[in-house]
This record gives sequence, structure tokens and C-alpha cells, in this order.
Amino acid sequence: MARISVKVDGIAYEDDVEPRLLLVHYLRDRLGKTGTPIGCDTTNCGACTVLLDGRSVKSCSVLAVQADGCDVTTIEGVSSNGEWHPVQKAFHEEHALQCGYCTPGMILASIDLLKDDPDPSEDAVRQGLEGNLCRCTGYCNIVRAVRRAAQEMRVTTP
Amino acid sequence: MIPASFDYFRPSTIEEAVDVLAGAGEEAKVLAGGHSLLPLLRLRLAYPTALIDVGRVAGLRGVSDRGDHVHIGATTTHDEVVRSPIVREHCPLVALATATVADPAVRHRGTFGGSLAHADPAGDLPAVALALDMVLEVRSSAGERTIPAAGFFLDYLESALAPGEILTGVRVPKLGPGWGFHYEKFHRTAQAWATVGVAAAVRQTNGTVEEVRVGLTNMGPTPVRAAAVEEAARGVEAGQNGALRRAAEQAAEGTDPPADLHAQPDYRMHLARVLTHRALVSASAHRSPLT
Ligand SMILES: Cc1cc2nc3c(=O)[nH]c(=O)nc-3n(C[C@H](O)[C@H](O)[C@H](O)COP(=O)(O)OP(=O)(O)OC[C@H]3O[C@@H](n4cnc5c(N)ncnc54)[C@H](O)[C@@H]3O)c2cc1C
Ligand code: FES
Ligand code: FES
Repeated sequence: MARISVKVDGIAYEDDVEPRLLLVHYLRDRLGKTGTPIGCDTTNCGACTVLLDGRSVKSCSVLAVQADGCDVTTIEGVSSNGEWHPVQKAFHEEHALQCGYCTPGMILASIDLLKDDPDPSEDAVRQGLEGNLCRCTGYCNIVRAVRRAAQEMRVTTP
Repeated sequence: MIPASFDYFRPSTIEEAVDVLAGAGEEAKVLAGGHSLLPLLRLRLAYPTALIDVGRVAGLRGVSDRGDHVHIGATTTHDEVVRSPIVREHCPLVALATATVADPAVRHRGTFGGSLAHADPAGDLPAVALALDMVLEVRSSAGERTIPAAGFFLDYLESALAPGEILTGVRVPKLGPGWGFHYEKFHRTAQAWATVGVAAAVRQTNGTVEEVRVGLTNMGPTPVRAAAVEEAARGVEAGQNGALRRAAEQAAEGTDPPADLHAQPDYRMHLARVLTHRALVSASAHRSPLT
């Protein structure tokens, strides 16, 4: 067992974990944060994407012990004061999901992308989300939602 | 799937890291970004008894300008390499190839050193290391040594690292003025590995090709230098119709490409010729694509 301390969605946790425990299993099984799904066994799909110290990572391929001392943001921590994050709102308004399985990962990868590029072209959005697979939507509405969120965020943050 | 059990160590200095590795037994493995190793553990294709996590060892991460070469610390992430102004200015081929690795989330975790140590001939960076004659710095409890890239990749997933050795950093020689670079990667989906990749560097004077370096990705059990192309391209006029194409015709010479779901060897040989031509044309057209 190894002792870790992590901050997840603003709350600090200390836990004893087996070194082989994956971060995604820690989030889901230990902390009950089932908003982060697992979609594959090959690190390809991006469904499990969370922010680790502010950058997007695939939590199925990070050990919980590697996150020791870090700050983790899951889909359950992106809204504030009961207000949806602009990316969440835009996904809702543009109907950027069907089954919703890819959506948490898509939203976190999009938040990361918009940090670097507040006004991404369609191409830049597609490149930025290349590690997130969606089996339902055909991506068009997702791209539209990310660009709409970008616009909203530019308006609301001076 | 859940990996099999292992012991976990997280040393904070390189001295401690090599000592822990030396004492951890034959089946211990170094863990860097984990983006090649953890997928293998999850599929239960590897069963190390211990992982030595070098992710937080001081001094192994970051890029610095050392005069005649650029030094890239082994645990520098792909993302940090792509963003580094020093890399973009002095070794743009490294930035161009690294930007094609996987996707942003993988690039946030995967490391430059891990990509070389893993010695996967389908990885994009080993061919670049060969083409640029990088020098790898290695450390064990017995001391330090350097290994030239040309002697580092021994076989499929097999490098010249001895048990107990940790890759600490990589020297990338600066090539100086007159060089142009390109990395041409052919893959079926956006985040996929290269079916074939070509790393090219071309030095010209007034349109005459003086020197060419070509490294091939996924054209054998190790990355390979396309020596016949380098020879054939020397002295040609880059702008002359068909000159670079004729040189690129030699690209499959001496290669031993794999057969897998994506391509058979003859198709990979065809790709190597076509992609080498494209890479040479692009490398001779723009000198420093990133600056
Ligand atoms: C979905 C996906 C797609 C990918 N696509 C590509 C791609 O298109 N192109 C590409 O090039 N790569 C690709 N990769 C691989 C990625 O670049 C990895 O990050 C890289 O191959 C390994 O780096 P790492 O730091 O994650 O190494 P790890 O997984 O931590 O280690 C890999 C191996 O190297 C050894 N090792 C690592 N660091 C050291 C060191 N400092 N000293 C000694 N030994 C060490 C380990 O013991 C292990 O055997 C992909 C990975 C994934 C998950
Ligand atoms: S579950 Fe598919 S990438 Fe993590
Ligand atoms: S909405 Fe179903 S996978 Fe994307």
C-alpha cells in the first residue's frame, strides 16, 4: 500500500492505495465519481479524460500513486455555484451528444484546448480533440459546441 | 483490465533512482510517463515486479541550449518538447515529429526519453534520433556513459540500455545554417501510429543539395537510416524535375518492414518511396518551418 494525497474537484483526500490502482478506478470506485467513464482498454478513446494539474490526461493510463500531490478535475467539478461551465452549456445547446458516453472526456479535453487557443478554428478543434472518440454524433455538433463555448467565454471573460 | 501487482518506488534524486533500480531485481522496470508501459500492464502483456517512477527525479526534465547541441531531459514530456522555443529554433525536426505523436492528452504524459528507451520502431522519435545523430546519456550505479543513436536501437523494443541503466538526457546536435526539415507520417486515423514515417533533413547551397539525412519509421525491427537515398540525393539540383524523386526511389533499400493489419511489407516499401519523396521536397522547400 502507498499513501497518497490528492485534491479532486476542490476537495482534499488522503488514502492508502495499491500501486497498481489506476487513477480512473480510484475516482470511480473509491471516491464514487462515476461521472468519469471507462471506454476502452487501449488508451485510445479518451472517455476517461480528466485534468491533472490543469492539463488533460487519460485517467485510465495514470496510476493513482502518480497523481499523489496533484490536483484533479473531473466532469463533476467543472460547474461552479450551480452554474454549468460554458462548455457544458454549449454541448447542451448544440446537441453535441447522443448517448453521452464520450461527453465528460470531450468536455474536459475541450476545456484544456480552449486554455491554449481561445478562438480555435474548426480544424484546430478537430486536432485538439483527436484523442477523444465519439461513436454517435459524427463530431459536427461537438465542433460547433466547442466554438460556441469559445465565443461565450471570450464575451464573459474580458 | 487491472494490472498485476508490483512494488512502487518514487526516488527524488538520480543517485537514489539508480540505487533503487540496482537493488530491485531483474524484473524491475523504469516508469516515466507510463503511456507505453501502463497500456502493456493493463493488457497483462508485461509483469514487472517493481516500477521505479523517475517522473519526479530532479534534473531529468526540461530543455536547455548547450552551445553546439540542445539538451533534452529524459522526462521532458512530448508537450513540453513541442512548446520549447529552443527545440523549435535549433532542432525543428524534433518538434515536427513530436507534434504528430498520438493526441494532446497522451503528449501531456508521454516523455521524450520514454519514447526512445521503449525502442518501438513504429514510434516517431527513434527515426529522428537516428537522422540527427543524437547522443543518449545513461546512468547506472556503476557510473555514466553515452550511447550514439546509431548504436542504441538493437531490435524490436530492445535498446542498448543495460539492466540497471536509466536514460537521463539526450544531446541533439545543432545542424547549423542551410538546413530544412520535414517529418512525413502516413497513418489511417488521426491518433494512430505511423504505418510508415519519414524524417528528413536537407542542406542546400543555392539550390544544390549538399547533404541529406533520412530516418525511416516502421520499416524494420529498428528505425533505419536510408543511406542509399542520402547518397543518391547528394549533389542534385533540388528544383530539377524528378531529381529528388529518383533519389527517393532508393528508400526501401535494405529495409525489412513488418506485416500487420495495416500494411504488408511491399506496400510499406511503396509508401517509403512515396513519403521520402514528399519529405525531401518539403524539407528543401522551407528551411525552418517553425520559426
Ligand atoms: C493511444 C496512444 C497512442 C500513441 N501514439 C504514438 C505515436 O503516434 N507515435 C509515438 O511515437 N508514440 C506514440 N505513443 C507512445 C507515447 O509516445 C509514449 O509516451 C512513449 O512511447 C513512451 O514514453 P513514456 O514516457 O510514456 O514511457 P513509459 O511508458 O513510462 O516507458 C516505456 C518504456 O521505456 C522505459 N523507460 C522510460 N523512461 C526511461 C528512462 N528514462 N530510462 C530507462 N528506461 C526508461 C520503461 O521502462 C518502459 O520499458 C502512443 C501512446 C498511446 C497510449
Ligand atoms: S478509457 Fe479509453 S482512453 Fe481511457
Ligand atoms: S455521444 Fe455517444 S459516444 Fe459520443
